Amino acid sequence: MAISTGLALLFGLPLGVLVAHHPAWRRPVLGLANVFQTIPSLALFGLLIPVFGIGAWTAITALVVYALLPIVRNTYTGIAGVDAAVREAGRGMGMTDGELLRLVELPLAAGFILAGVRIATVVSVGIATIAAAIGAGGLGVYIFRGVATVDNTLILAGAIPAALLALLADALLGVVERRLVWRQR
Amino acid sequence: MVLEVKDLRYHLPGNGRPLVDGISFSVGAGETLVMLGRSGAGKTTTLKLVNRLLEPSSGDVRVSGTPAHAVEPTKLRRRIGYVIQEIGLFPHFTVAANVGLLPRLARWPSDRIDARVRELLALVGLEPAEFAARFPHQLSGGQRQRVGVARALALDPQLLLLDEPFGALDPITRLELQREFRALASKLGKAAVFVTHDVREGLLLGTRIGLLDGGRLAFLGTPDDFRASPQPEVRKFMEAA
Repeated sequence: MAISTGLALLFGLPLGVLVAHHPAWRRPVLGLANVFQTIPSLALFGLLIPVFGIGAWTAITALVVYALLPIVRNTYTGIAGVDAAVREAGRGMGMTDGELLRLVELPLAAGFILAGVRIATVVSVGIATIAAAIGAGGLGVYIFRGVATVDNTLILAGAIPAALLALLADALLGVVERRLVWRQR
Repeated sequence: MVLEVKDLRYHLPGNGRPLVDGISFSVGAGETLVMLGRSGAGKTTTLKLVNRLLEPSSGDVRVSGTPAHAVEPTKLRRRIGYVIQEIGLFPHFTVAANVGLLPRLARWPSDRIDARVRELLALVGLEPAEFAARFPHQLSGGQRQRVGVARALALDPQLLLLDEPFGALDPITRLELQREFRALASKLGKAAVFVTHDVREGLLLGTRIGLLDGGRLAFLGTPDDFRASPQPEVRKFMEAA
């Protein structure tokens, strides 16, 4: 899950920047990410198994694909929301595009980007649990096994940690967000 | 001459009416050329053609003798102070970080940056101890505009471009800043191009006045000549004053 969110961030952040700076890419990129997001997770696993086989790589690929949309969309929203006067002043005083991105656009968009990462992470925990169905292991294994053997203890042994994991990840990222994000006080 | 502009033309891609239609002027050290004109007369466009936020369709721009097109745009802009009406202070930076940004990007040592920031804040009438650590949203409009001017002066450019810098201020703060700007401009000996549509501001601040009308310079001369000129567009502006 951490791997997949990391990978999604690795692809999603540049894609979000690209989309924010080049309007022509907006529709195809956001549209495609939207399509992926809409496919039910089990169906996506089904589509990926012929390519990656049964196991962890299929699950990771699916998780990356799911995490992509919130990250790309929020990066785009954050950067597009930067005040035009701020951007113009930066360019007018001689900042390069890279400096403007690094020092102004990304920091000002950080709140949106981290919110996207948070959504992506929580969604990933949910889908990672289902990934047990395609032999990728994880906490979902206990849940599925418990359901098959009508064993409530086993179900809860999977369900409770999975729920806690999602809550914990969300809370941790919330802390990161408060630490890192500049906010008008 | 710090700024020389010769036969400058600009039209949008395609074949529309030119927004700037063959204007020439020059500005020397210590001079403030005020660019007057109605909205859409080409004032802002002219400024942006000088610092290459827009690329001229034809004509020649020289800054301190160097052709602007021969310099990388970012390098050119660092030699030109630029102040806009909306100021565009970076909201997540303190006042000191805003003013010290270009020196920081130029990799000055930090004690030199600190000293420069203090010097500039004092210059624009802001007590460094009180204002350096504040964020832009903790300032009044007039204070923000002062920070904008200080930031534009950070690398000691010989040329300043100001696009209606006092346009959004209340009348009293505005007059205060106009007076201070006039004192500052003559003290520092910078060359400045100051865009406004306010004739009174123009007559107060300009050592020369240029009047743009439909992308052409309808008038270029001293404030006294401007007051006396029979040129119809000048008359309209004088009547509005």
